[in-house]
Amino acid sequence: MEEVDVDPPITNIPAVGDGKHMGFAWGPGDILVYETQHKASGTSRSGSSFIHEVRKDEDIYSPILRKLFNESHHIFVGLQTIKEDLPSKTKKPQFVSISKNYRSVIRACMEELQQAAISTKDAEEATRYGNQVSILLATELIWNLCEVLFIDAAPAGSLLLHLLDWVRLHKADVYEKAREVLQSESPAEHKDFWDVVVSYVLQGKLEEARQMLTKQANRQPAAKNMYKLMDSLLSKMPFYNPAGTQTLTEFDVKWRHWHEEVDRCLQDNSFASNHHLELICKILLGDEDTLLECKELLSTWYHFLVTRLLFCHPTVKPTELHYYAQSCLTMFLDLRSAPEALDSILLAAFEFDIHQVIKDCSIALNNWWFVAHLTDLLDHCKLLQSHNLHFGSNLREFLLLEYASGLFTHHSLWQLAVDYFDHCPEFGRVYLELQIERVPLDTERKALKVLRICEQRQMSEQVRSICKIMAMRALRNNRLGSALSWSIRAKDAAFATLISERFLQDYCANGTFSDLDLIDNLGPAMLLSDRLTFLGKYREFHKLYGEKRFSEAAKLLLSLMTAKIAPRSFWMTLLTDALPLLEQKEVIFSAEQTYELMFCLGELTSSMSTTAPGTDRPMQEEDIEQTKVELLRLALARNLAMAIVKEGTIET
Amino acid sequence: MFVARSIAADHKDLIHDVSYDFHGRRMATCSSDQSVKVWDKSENGEWHCTASWKTHSGSVWRVTWAHPEFGQVLASCSFDRTAAVWEEIVGESNDKQRGLSHWIKRTTLVDSRTSVTDVKFAPKHMGLMLTTCSADGVVRIYEAPDVMNLSQWSLQHEISCKLSCSCISWNPSSSRAHPPMFAVGSDDSNVACGGKVQIYEYNENTRKYGKAETLMTVTDAVHDIAFAPNLGRSFHVLAIATKDVRIFKLVPRKESSSSGPTKFEVQIVAQFDNHNSQVWRVSWNITSTLLASSGDDGCVRLWKANYMYNWKCTGILKGDGSPLTGLSGQPTAMSTVVGSSVQTSQNALNGMSAGRIGKRAPFAPPLRQLTSPKIYQHPAYY
Repeated sequence: MEEVDVDPPITNIPAVGDGKHMGFAWGPGDILVYETQHKASGTSRSGSSFIHEVRKDEDIYSPILRKLFNESHHIFVGLQTIKEDLPSKTKKPQFVSISKNYRSVIRACMEELQQAAISTKDAEEATRYGNQVSILLATELIWNLCEVLFIDAAPAGSLLLHLLDWVRLHKADVYEKAREVLQSESPAEHKDFWDVVVSYVLQGKLEEARQMLTKQANRQPAAKNMYKLMDSLLSKMPFYNPAGTQTLTEFDVKWRHWHEEVDRCLQDNSFASNHHLELICKILLGDEDTLLECKELLSTWYHFLVTRLLFCHPTVKPTELHYYAQSCLTMFLDLRSAPEALDSILLAAFEFDIHQVIKDCSIALNNWWFVAHLTDLLDHCKLLQSHNLHFGSNLREFLLLEYASGLFTHHSLWQLAVDYFDHCPEFGRVYLELQIERVPLDTERKALKVLRICEQRQMSEQVRSICKIMAMRALRNNRLGSALSWSIRAKDAAFATLISERFLQDYCANGTFSDLDLIDNLGPAMLLSDRLTFLGKYREFHKLYGEKRFSEAAKLLLSLMTAKIAPRSFWMTLLTDALPLLEQKEVIFSAEQTYELMFCLGELTSSMSTTAPGTDRPMQEEDIEQTKVELLRLALARNLAMAIVKEGTIET
Repeated sequence: MFVARSIAADHKDLIHDVSYDFHGRRMATCSSDQSVKVWDKSENGEWHCTASWKTHSGSVWRVTWAHPEFGQVLASCSFDRTAAVWEEIVGESNDKQRGLSHWIKRTTLVDSRTSVTDVKFAPKHMGLMLTTCSADGVVRIYEAPDVMNLSQWSLQHEISCKLSCSCISWNPSSSRAHPPMFAVGSDDSNVACGGKVQIYEYNENTRKYGKAETLMTVTDAVHDIAFAPNLGRSFHVLAIATKDVRIFKLVPRKESSSSGPTKFEVQIVAQFDNHNSQVWRVSWNITSTLLASSGDDGCVRLWKANYMYNWKCTGILKGDGSPLTGLSGQPTAMSTVVGSSVQTSQNALNGMSAGRIGKRAPFAPPLRQLTSPKIYQHPAYY
């Protein structure tokens, strides 16, 4: 395969001295560059202190092209769902129709750009739109040819008809011109009259040409017979009908008869008195020199090619195309220096060199949209494998990954990219993992959206990471409830413990809980961490107490200590919470429960006394603590007495 | 490629490093003026400096962000022989209104006796760990055991590399098949000292980092190294900035025993001398489809592999010394500069709308001035 070597494009960075060192940093969709000095030079000098944000291409920022990306995404996804096992006969029409859908999207986009170019007042912007239109035109031209040659793969006979349609579609200015001529006062005298007639003939639009000619014939009664003869030649020209019963050989014989008849008319000088009609006659014979005289009207070598085939080789086979294409290109471009990128791409297509087409397009076009979608479609048509066994599907995936990565740099288009990654079996998932975790989580809503995509694909590490980031952010902003729910989602036990601790601290400080809804509805999530379990249970105690379900509350409170759910540091608070229960008129804690409470208090005070002397706690605080313990002891003793009495009394 | 906007960084001296945060919404800059600045990107894409403070008593070489799972944390390293960890605290609401944020120093790491040349956080799956390397040839790995208390960092490992160190890079792979691994480069220019890139790997049994490999073919001074994201492959890819740009593939050898460090087969993938002389920085984009390098020729070059893994230069950024016209201005589209014979197309296509599906209306380019299908030669991304 020929290497097309293109010099890497140079982007000039303003305000950075020529030859000065540059530093850089990769961003998600851009690269930052700045002037610097890497060598440790003794002289400190202050250079320019600018940072420049360099972006890859502007296409994805164009709102009109964004529609191209959005709509082609739907077509792409639809294509991926076509069943592998369908017979190729039923698949082919589907592929052709998908190809046409892609082209419709290009066309719609082109028109919108053209409208925008007209309506804008800014000349620079108009130029930019104009350029985009030109590129899209080229894109559609190439795509259409690929559709005819590769996807539809028309056989000899039909092939020429398809190529004619292709040229007509892309050389449609003749209709505009014709309308102008016909709308004039005297069409036959219009300066462009013959241009239109000849253009019609060159495109094989013979009906239209005949209608035009009648206008001229009416004006020149003397030449009536000559016009009649031309009309008859034009009307008799055979066209192959793929739907008909005629075989290609029969058509060929018929066509040769017609060709000989035209030739006879030229030889016997039937049109000698009218150079316009003589020219048409020569065109009908496919005379090369005559065709080249019409260069202006043909305007491109590929139009020349199709016209030449129409009048010389209407039964051209796909395998012969490259020969004619090459010779037409050489003949047509002899005055111009070298073929342009578009010419070599079309030539490669005529040569059926799919890889060269894709390769040249990748180099010549400034975004991956075109090559990625076309290659994907060709791959579905099983065209890449048959042409090159080594890297068929890799090439498809390579291009799709590039295209999707580009989309990912955009703040809303990244969501489309997800589906493209999903359909890249080799690296799609790992690319998605790398890209999706970089999506800025500006809001909770956006975080949830990203999270859903990760969850659907069982990307557990990304799910955990996103939740952790959100939890950390919420905690930093002191939004404890949000932090807790994110860390539960992340299943991050350590962090849940930490946040539960904060909740408890806040409770100790303020005597109230925030985010009650969340804590009340923890459910099984409570089991994530011991501290979280305690938080949930402790809050349950408060609820029971509030509902005056004292004995249940008491039981729960005690179990928090005896089952070691509560951290030791919190026991004093729990025991203090027991005080009002102990002092109720009714006996709530049984004798046995009271013993257990006493045991807990004992354990707590013994550990307090061992640590207390070392610390320098202010006397006041120690006093308060001491008073609390005294009060508790008293309350416990009284409760125990009451409980024993009650339990010893036989109810009557 | 085009310059979308230019930001006046307003550092009083040379900028040495610019670093994006994980999501690309913030950046940090550091300079010889001993300060670090933090910038935030607004909705409309403009950058605003939200903090600027003196961080060291010498040139600040590098600044780097911790993963956002650990909050908003920066690390910096300096000529003043220290590295420092900074944390943003959520300030008063009126600070926020003024668009300012507060960064406080959580710790100063003073173990180095020479200039600290690079600082990097380890991959997040290892916890909050910070690595420094210094001119005295020592790599130090610190750990913050409690991520809520960043004032406590313990020196976990001290690895002597024998040669003056200039750069470190962690292998980002979180696969269980790959033990923690980093590469360290030396800017010692004495060729006789042997390989200038060493690979260290963590050994579960000894709980220490051991040298797994030295790249013997890299004997010139190394200024920067960068591991590429692993992409789930069995091998690793390492880019090196030395007298040229080199890309190596490290393939773990099958026969390496489970107790000792992994042995690698080192293969060179690409080598480019386009910078003519020393190369100073190398760095991969997110998916490692592009490598950027900067060198003595004053250019930043972008390298890309095609689907057959052939590497090529696909773009050059170059200072042209031209004055800056309009800060943070409109994007100047490159296509308008590149396209030569561009015609302004001010005519309607032909008024008829193209059918969505099926029969299509003919698409006539305008009469008077022709919009022709044309391709403007554009960056070769292939």
